[in-house]
Amino acid sequence: MKQLHAILEGIGSTVLLAVRAGRYLNTLPRQFPRFIEQCYLIGYTTMPIVTILSFFIGSVLALQSGYSMENFGAKQFIGTLVGLSMVRELGPVMVAILVAGRVGSAITAELASMKVYQEIDALVTMNIPPERMLVLPRLAAVLVMMPVLATIANLCGWYGGALVCKYTGFISVEPDAYFAALKRFMEMKDVCDGLIKAEIFGFVVVLVCCNVGLNTRGGPREIGASVTKAVVLSLVLILVLDYFVTKVLI
Amino acid sequence: MATYSSSPFAGKTFGVTIDKLNKSFDGVPVLRDVSLEVRPGEIFVIMGPSGSGKSVLLKHVAGLELPTSGRVLIGDLDASDPQTRERVHLALVFQAGALFNSMTVYDNLALYPREHRLCNEAGIRERVLRTLQILSLEKAVDKFPGELSGGMKKRVAIARALVMEPELLLYDEPTSELDPVMSATITEIIATLREQTAVTTIVVSHDRDLALAIADRMAVIMDGRIRATGKPGEFKNPADPAIANFLNPTIDLKHPRFQQLENDHE
Repeated sequence: MKQLHAILEGIGSTVLLAVRAGRYLNTLPRQFPRFIEQCYLIGYTTMPIVTILSFFIGSVLALQSGYSMENFGAKQFIGTLVGLSMVRELGPVMVAILVAGRVGSAITAELASMKVYQEIDALVTMNIPPERMLVLPRLAAVLVMMPVLATIANLCGWYGGALVCKYTGFISVEPDAYFAALKRFMEMKDVCDGLIKAEIFGFVVVLVCCNVGLNTRGGPREIGASVTKAVVLSLVLILVLDYFVTKVLI
Repeated sequence: MATYSSSPFAGKTFGVTIDKLNKSFDGVPVLRDVSLEVRPGEIFVIMGPSGSGKSVLLKHVAGLELPTSGRVLIGDLDASDPQTRERVHLALVFQAGALFNSMTVYDNLALYPREHRLCNEAGIRERVLRTLQILSLEKAVDKFPGELSGGMKKRVAIARALVMEPELLLYDEPTSELDPVMSATITEIIATLREQTAVTTIVVSHDRDLALAIADRMAVIMDGRIRATGKPGEFKNPADPAIANFLNPTIDLKHPRFQQLENDHE
């Protein structure tokens, strides 16, 4: 019962935080420098790891599927499989997981530290709502950067797969054939669905991480506990939401 | 300290009424039926031993805690209503400073006028530098809080409060963790600022010297209850033994520990 109460309280406070941050939407233009800073932190600094991981995920996907599909004589569909898998599922989910681990943890640590050391209280007494100054620019930045990161992940995954197909002896599918197969079954809807997923996951991750950070109580040990809680919660939510969003979009 | 009176900071100020305030955390009472009246323009010091509830009381005045029952009024505005902060310039100097660690001293002070768009960047710069000068902090302008000593952090926290041109100024343990010289400096700053701005000031402290030096009136809080209120002179020889023991603690030299030390010395 106590746990159910805590879950409902967590959902309630997270939704409330989104509503409160949304109330200050009109202040976003004058918070432009803060928004750009967050775009840099969320997008630019995450880009290298997204590039590397998605490249190798695409490569492994091509390798595994090439190994299996060769038995069915279906090697010409590897491009389709890698392309659709990256766009519809692996790209958005992987980017969201990376954002949760890399950016979400940093957000929670920063806000939890500000809360523990009374910086949030100082903001409140100065009549500067934390939702306006700390939450809104992050939410806006993640909404802008998630489609960019997901697109980069998709492209890197595709090219990783293409390279493996060309240079792996038992696959030997030329890039032209690979990309032709990729294009043949790919529709704009697939790309859009993937980007919508990325947007939803990114928004939820940042919102949850902000909420956990701002509700931290105690001392330095609780900052670490909050970071762990925020990341675990984000990962669970990404996978649970993935199922429901996919079901709606399919 | 540079004079403050030439500045245009002085403005209106508010009285504070605390009416039968009760606060419990997880069913444990921290404040019990606290009632106080702080008059506009006075320095009111709330004293009490550690854990007596004085910081919690101050947080209620700042609107950072919601009462379990009772109310706190700033003028005739409810302190727990977020709208009140839009109508009253309230500044709280936190015990540990609560400076924004990722910002320089300049940015810490400039945040309030920037966020509330009080003036352009040149005006903000003039306002910040003037406040830093008042507190002799000109050399700290580009430093980060982590690079400052405890006393400087306290002064920067006071400077940040002053930049807000407060109509109600709250101090939470302003002299804690400071050496006697720095404590005296902070005490002097608080007294001088009140003289020059006439702003209502509430100070929470367990520093007897600070209280007796600056208070117009003071109260002693123990176990969440107001034990006594009055002018500082009334607390010099209090009749209440608990207050007398708190304000003038005596060391029992007949304690076995001291007897042992005396024997060792002989």
